[in-house]
Amino acid sequence: MVKDPRVPDPLSWNTFTQGLWKENPVFVMLLGLCPVLAVTNTAMNALAMGLATTFVLVCSGVLVSLLRKVIPKQVRIASYIIIIATFVTITDYAIQAISLDLYKALGAFIQLIVVNCIILGRAEAFASKNKVTNAFVNALGMGVGFTFALLCLGVVREVLGSGTLFGLDLFGPSFQPWSIFVLPPGGFFVLAFWLFLFSVVRKRRALAQVTEEEVHDAV
Amino acid sequence: MQSESLTFIFLNAFIINNFVLAMFLGLCPFLGVSGKLKTAWNMGLAVIFVMIVSSTSAYLINMILVRYNLEFLRLICYIAVIASAVQLVEMTIKKFSPALFRTLGIFLPLITTNCAILGLALFQTNRDYNFLQCVAFALGAGAGFTLALMLMAGLREKLELADVPDVSMGAALSLMLAGLLSLAFMGFAGLGG
Repeated sequence: MVKDPRVPDPLSWNTFTQGLWKENPVFVMLLGLCPVLAVTNTAMNALAMGLATTFVLVCSGVLVSLLRKVIPKQVRIASYIIIIATFVTITDYAIQAISLDLYKALGAFIQLIVVNCIILGRAEAFASKNKVTNAFVNALGMGVGFTFALLCLGVVREVLGSGTLFGLDLFGPSFQPWSIFVLPPGGFFVLAFWLFLFSVVRKRRALAQVTEEEVHDAV
Repeated sequence: MQSESLTFIFLNAFIINNFVLAMFLGLCPFLGVSGKLKTAWNMGLAVIFVMIVSSTSAYLINMILVRYNLEFLRLICYIAVIASAVQLVEMTIKKFSPALFRTLGIFLPLITTNCAILGLALFQTNRDYNFLQCVAFALGAGAGFTLALMLMAGLREKLELADVPDVSMGAALSLMLAGLLSLAFMGFAGLGG
């Protein structure tokens, strides 16, 4: 697990897992927070948003990687944005066709995937410098990491805020929903708690490593 | 929706449905540039300006697109408009105040990917606002963004002197603060319903 993430090839398991934990776009890099907070009031919305973003991430990653020798350096950002916007438009119309309810619940946030910094960031930092297979795997990893983060928030907020999970009633009629969690402030609070938690875990792990090394040195 | 008064649209975007605290738009600069009051204020001004320019241009472009049945190109056109507006602001600031240009740094070009601005253009299209309503909406949203940014910057300046636990340093604490602010802003919800 401890490998230098800056060495891009060859294709390895690490290319995929990078996005899951060590460089998780939400919890570690704090990118793309707007949809993370805005659409995670139910687990279903969170999952749909995660999948839509993953789709755009993977498709634009592959296309950018395919075109990396064709696009001139000066206009690369503009080209990336247009590629991303194209895929977002496709996703937008596809979701509208599949489920109108979902489309209404997610609102403008599907179209706002265009300005999600994770996608542009991956296109610029990874896809434009790597082979198609690597770009695909990396984008998939990032997408899964993003979906995981969205679900982390969505599940907590839905269970506490309305007492359900994916629409299924969990606690029975006597449960008094903690409705602050489905309202905007809840999003901030839940994300803050997850960040606290991860920060504690990371500190512990770093500390354990240091003491281990000290013991090792003493021996 | 044509009947909404300009004042209501302004107030709605300004405090009731504050772009940052109630709709979660533009969180990246909100967390990134809210370290100092002065920078926050300048960033806010830049955002207001970009918002007005891109909102009015988006209105005109949408008229043309609807006229020729090209709505599916909306997203691409909006992004292009916003990118040019940001470029304009960047050149202006660089010319008139190089010091400010340096403080804003990377966050200035990043206004392009600020979802508050694209969000504004998309919302005004969805709600069929007319030209004046668009301007009022852009002003309100920009002012709301600036207000949230300044409040946050003020809090964080105070917080720097406070003694907080080690693990809660940085983003987690800022988000906690944002949550409290958002809670406070929920109190305005009764104003407009």
